Amino acid sequence: MTPDRLREALRGVPDPDWLATALRRVAAEPATITGAFAAAGRRCGRGELPDLPGWTADDAARVLLLTALPGEHATIADSLYRHGDAAEKRAVLRALPLLPVGTAGVPLLHDAIRTNDTRLVAAALGPYARHLDPPAWRQAVLKCVFVGVPLAVVADLDARADPELAGMLAALGAERAAAGRSMPADATDLLDRLAARAGQPHPREA
Amino acid sequence: MRIFDPHIHMTSRTTDDYERMAAAGVRAVVEPAFWLGQPRTSVGSFTDYFDSLIGWEPFRAGQFGVRHHATVALNPKEANDPRCRAVLDVLPRYLEKDGVVAVGEIGYDSMTPEEDEVFAAQLALAVAHDLPALVHTPHRDKARGVERTLAVVAESGIDPGRVVVDHLNEVTVKLVRDTGCWLGFSIYPDTKMSPPRMVELLRAYGTERMLVNSAADWGRSDPLLTRETGEAMLLAGFTADDVDRVLWRNPVEFYGQSGRLDLRDEDLAAVDPHTGNSILRGGS
Repeated sequence: MTPDRLREALRGVPDPDWLATALRRVAAEPATITGAFAAAGRRCGRGELPDLPGWTADDAARVLLLTALPGEHATIADSLYRHGDAAEKRAVLRALPLLPVGTAGVPLLHDAIRTNDTRLVAAALGPYARHLDPPAWRQAVLKCVFVGVPLAVVADLDARADPELAGMLAALGAERAAAGRSMPADATDLLDRLAARAGQPHPREA
Repeated sequence: MRIFDPHIHMTSRTTDDYERMAAAGVRAVVEPAFWLGQPRTSVGSFTDYFDSLIGWEPFRAGQFGVRHHATVALNPKEANDPRCRAVLDVLPRYLEKDGVVAVGEIGYDSMTPEEDEVFAAQLALAVAHDLPALVHTPHRDKARGVERTLAVVAESGIDPGRVVVDHLNEVTVKLVRDTGCWLGFSIYPDTKMSPPRMVELLRAYGTERMLVNSAADWGRSDPLLTRETGEAMLLAGFTADDVDRVLWRNPVEFYGQSGRLDLRDEDLAAVDPHTGNSILRGGS
């Protein structure tokens, strides 16, 4: 995702002037982002953007506002997350891969993954989750399966999934089976792919 | 029957309640910030609670198809504890949030000087943030409390049409009816109002500016008494349209004044009489 694509997709919002003005003000006076961030949903709408599947107008507008900051992205993103409602927190999480924050946003991912709010758990597992260490990332993926977040939201799923994760998923599957419950299809599909990969001879042994 | 409960403390209720409410027709609620039974001793306890009202609780409600909004304030009881006074300083941040549709519950508990001060300060916040106000009236010394409440509201300069005076009954309704404020009635199993008594008040005073809520919380209360009141209205000869006005359109009109109600999936019947536009913004 890029700011330009978000900007393009937001052209049709009910009040595009409000957003344009807010972006200009944030660039000149960063402190104004607090008010604009809170108001973005009611000014830009909260529905899906027709030209940008997977993005709502409020998420896109808030991410754009963060990218418009002239500096101090990490500090301001942290503050907006800590003081944000659920929608604001989600937008900060989605903005992280677009911001020059290094690994400073990782504590926010941990916070989001601790919640049981599926919107936040999902938003924490986008491209920025590459900064999560393997144990935290595996636990987060397992949590997705556990609380019903589709695995399609997990960035780099197949590249990062390892035998350790396969073991954790299989154990959850066994618990569910013992209780007469099933696993979501995307989880069993992932397990199948991991098993197929494990069954293949290692390149050096081939 | 579609129902908007304009005052219910869902934090204290279980998912069973959400299920039963949704099945009974409750599609939207407003959860006012109030006290939790156990007094709090620091500002952090309040911010965690407010964060829950604009974070976790709307998520929980959404799982049952119920739209959740909140009102935020320092409640009258805890206004008396100096350790809680700094809550006033964090309120402006919350009063800008999407899901916050009024300042509340504010008003009186024991009518102390501290409550005077905090009540007036929060009415000023309502004006500053362009929000309506939800005013709790005391359970003891109620009539005097309502009179004093109305005096403070008048003095604050807030438009009375943006104020609901809540927990009214047969005695106190008379004091509020002609002030221009909205009238709130909490229907409780034993105390406050009952469905048959509420029907009598609607007969006597009409349906305009009347709000009926369950005020269900951690005490003995019942989140389905809004529905029961609607049924009692029908049995008493009120029309389905009367019931819809009291249980849906009135709360939508009152809280719609915030410009922040989010009822995207609902049939939005409330229209601004001046512009002809929906008074709800922010949906799509």
